[in-house]
Amino acid sequence: MIFTIAAKELKALFASPLAWIVLAAVQLIAGYAFLKRLDDFLQVQPQLVQLASPPGVTELVVAPLFATTAIMLMFVVPLLGMRSIAEERRNQTMVLLTSAPVSMTQIVLGKFLGLVLFLALIVAFVTAMPLALAASTTLDYGLIASLCGGVLLIAAGFAAVSLYISALTTYPMVAAFGGFATLLLMVLMGEAAGDGLRARGWHLPAALVQVFSPLKNFEPLGKGLVDTYAIACSLLLTVFFIVLTVRHLDGRRLRG
Amino acid sequence: MSSFPVSNHPATTIYARGLTRRFGAHTAVKTIDLELRRGEVLGFLGPNGAGKTTTMQMLTGNLAPTAGEIAICGVDLLARPTAAKAKIGYLPETPPLYRDLTVDEYLRLAVKLHRVPKPHRRDAIRRAKERCGLVDVGRKLIGTLSKGYQQRVGIAQAIAHEPDAVILDEPTVGLDPNQIRDIRALIRELGGAHSVILSTHILSEVEAICDRVQIMHHGAIVYSDGIAALKAFHTGRTILLGLRRPPQDSALAQLPGVSSAEKAQNGLYRLQIAGDESAEAIAQACIQNNWGMFHLAPAQTHLEDVFVNLTR
Repeated sequence: MIFTIAAKELKALFASPLAWIVLAAVQLIAGYAFLKRLDDFLQVQPQLVQLASPPGVTELVVAPLFATTAIMLMFVVPLLGMRSIAEERRNQTMVLLTSAPVSMTQIVLGKFLGLVLFLALIVAFVTAMPLALAASTTLDYGLIASLCGGVLLIAAGFAAVSLYISALTTYPMVAAFGGFATLLLMVLMGEAAGDGLRARGWHLPAALVQVFSPLKNFEPLGKGLVDTYAIACSLLLTVFFIVLTVRHLDGRRLRG
Repeated sequence: MSSFPVSNHPATTIYARGLTRRFGAHTAVKTIDLELRRGEVLGFLGPNGAGKTTTMQMLTGNLAPTAGEIAICGVDLLARPTAAKAKIGYLPETPPLYRDLTVDEYLRLAVKLHRVPKPHRRDAIRRAKERCGLVDVGRKLIGTLSKGYQQRVGIAQAIAHEPDAVILDEPTVGLDPNQIRDIRALIRELGGAHSVILSTHILSEVEAICDRVQIMHHGAIVYSDGIAALKAFHTGRTILLGLRRPPQDSALAQLPGVSSAEKAQNGLYRLQIAGDESAEAIAQACIQNNWGMFHLAPAQTHLEDVFVNLTR
């Protein structure tokens, strides 16, 4: 049932121009960032050779490309997330799902999965760019895999947050802006608060705050470091907001 | 939940008892009881804001009742929502249509969501389209269809999985007379194999298609009986009489079988009478007295009149 709903979400997404515009715009911006980085890399390459252990093209070109993608997702995901619940409730189409023999958990998970699958498509297209270099140079596939995983985790976290904000309102624009503001707040405050707490020696609160700082959790994976704590924090963030969404929508049914 | 007081009648599809819904301090629905049996079309009648939609939302599991119990074919809706919902088809006031999908795509989604087994899906969709007259528009985008066709798609969605109970919230609002006739015929047909609850604020609609009627007013059921009783309740009770040379009002009230007489608009009189025979007596009296009768007809009863009578 989750897959039926996810498939419906994807179909609806591609039936609207939004999905295509998002795909095109992200590809264009990522393509520019990639080529610019690559150009810079080719210029400094002669000097790099003189270093004892020079950073390769994967570290200098591909890693920043994925960091750019993560930032772009912060704008894109709330925009896609507003459709999932706020717009459905506004158009009163959500009733089709809530009247069907499907639990609220299945509905939310289906919508989440549909959104994440679309985001995975964006990540796949971005990944295809550095892979095009494979013919002419040696790539660090381990790092690329860890970058991909990291961006997907960020995407999932962003998707869960956006779904929750989307469930709070029936105004799609409010949902989109609210989602974006929340993500920005988490990225900015999450970083600062975590560092501040750690500096005072408050490690437990700092560890908790890290759950809500998605970019901080991306950092180790961005360097090719598979940090299980950072991964756990990312997953926790996702699960936390999915549970909130289910609870909120169920509460609406109870309270009206 | 084993002690749930389910009606022991095997044909009962929807059984609700003591259904109450409060929104803050406002009570939208007050302890109403409801029972629907297979093969029956139940009309849910009431003015706007009477609590019809709230009741239907509760019956379909879209809104949790503040108090009360609901069973769908003996399955407790509140304890086992998924199992119970599989037996219901629901068309809300605004049909939940995805404008960007084609009719076929949309119905495929609807039967999947209602857990119709894969081998039966194609048949279920075909049958629903035939019943709702959608065969020719299967490949059209829902957003491009007219309001009448969109309403039919909404109904097709509600019946495609062959539910035991179909709940339709004002299905004929905004349709033209031809479409209304088609939809009414379809609902009548659905009443045969399934059971239907239909909400409306049009009295004649209930008379045309329902077997039984429940009238809601201010969140409570003020009348619940067979349709024949409703007809008897208001037809043949009030007649409109038009006279060129009317006597005193009191003279009209003293005619045989007339209980009261009052002036209505357009120079007509509204007479409350005992039965059909009185009309004949009134006609005779008018001619004998040379009052110049030009109009004698049963009064069109409006829902408001019924309410006035019921709530009096």
